[in-house]
Amino acid sequence: MEWDWAFVVEILPTMIEGVKITILATLLGSVLAAIIGLGLAILRRSKNVFVSKPVGFLADFIRGTPLLVQLYFIFYVLPDAGITLSPLVAGVIGLGLHYGTYTAEVYRGGIDNVARGQWEAARACNLSAFQTWTRIILPQALPPMIPALANYFIAMFKETPLLSAITVLELMNQARSIANYNYRYIEPITLVGAFFLVISLVSVIALRWLERRYGQIEER
Amino acid sequence: MGQWAGYLQLILEGALVTIKLTLMGSVLALIMAFIAGLGRISRFRAVRALATTYIEFFRGTSIFVQLFWAYFVLPLLGFSLTPLQAGVLALGLNVGAYGAEVVRGAIKSIGREQYEACIALNFSRWQSLRHIILPQAFVLMLPTFGNNAIELLKASAVVSLISLSDMTFQAQVVRAQTGSTLMPFLTILVLYFLMSSVISASIRGLERYLTRGLDGVRS
Repeated sequence: MEWDWAFVVEILPTMIEGVKITILATLLGSVLAAIIGLGLAILRRSKNVFVSKPVGFLADFIRGTPLLVQLYFIFYVLPDAGITLSPLVAGVIGLGLHYGTYTAEVYRGGIDNVARGQWEAARACNLSAFQTWTRIILPQALPPMIPALANYFIAMFKETPLLSAITVLELMNQARSIANYNYRYIEPITLVGAFFLVISLVSVIALRWLERRYGQIEER
Repeated sequence: MGQWAGYLQLILEGALVTIKLTLMGSVLALIMAFIAGLGRISRFRAVRALATTYIEFFRGTSIFVQLFWAYFVLPLLGFSLTPLQAGVLALGLNVGAYGAEVVRGAIKSIGREQYEACIALNFSRWQSLRHIILPQAFVLMLPTFGNNAIELLKASAVVSLISLSDMTFQAQVVRAQTGSTLMPFLTILVLYFLMSSVISASIRGLERYLTRGLDGVRS
């Protein structure tokens, strides 16, 4: 089977529709993951073991199971409980929750890196717990975490094709429907691969810049 | 309830396929990780370039796309693969690329004095790698290898989409036959969690075994 450029041009507009959804899902998922991760990290530090232990177990459980199955769970099981979500919303929640457990670890590392003296100083100045977090700890903890967080957002971007399994019409799903309709797999699937490769090569450069800008390089 | 036992058996058959995929994929990933990881620190520019291309390519495109490419496009180029072969190939090559960076990082982190000692003892490059550097670096690689194996286990759920009857696929079958959604999906979530717990526990055990008697020697 030969590579056919005319076919590529023909399918390009449909693929671009898919790209838009892929990017939208990544952006919304990243915002959600950033918020959920912070929540998990703070709850896990709670002094009440009835809060910190269950939250810790839940995070480990989500991290130890496949995103695909979690997506099925959100999309197929929750409607039985009366919560019906559109495919995109279910997908974004799945991505946010799954990667939230990864970003929680990043936040935890960043928060642990803030010197003890800062906590003590906040207490000495009679700041409330909320003031301590928002005025003292987070402003110091967040900037060094940015490269590591961005790393996970790139990883999330590469997992968005999974959303096609719960009928979100993102890039991969568009490619598959084109492939099934025309019975030509080589162009659509290769284009999807090329698209992901280009984006992740660009994001590697962006990541290097972030690491320089915010100093600390996170070695994994 | 008796009916459920039959469905559970279906899911357990799927679990067997998932375990098989994970084991075979991990073996391929381990081999690729060492080949590409050592390739990246090779003396020869061409070998370095080749290894870097492999790593960037497989880390840059998503596992999902690679799997579809292996299953749908490779046959058009003349390589027909069964779903299981395509699954093992895509999972192994993908995770191997991540593992290669771990191998490289661990070898780079071995102190200069170890290399100097090798030169002083007149070891060949291969001898110093085999007897001095790798035994120390391998212990450093283990925890991240464990995480990679868990990532591979999780990624293996994707093969259900190329009609390989793994655990996720079987859960879908049960869902289609019974109309019950909670039981099959909850069951496989718990099974996946158990499998990843087994992986992390055995990696921890292996690490303890390999570092026995080294307390205080390793920094």
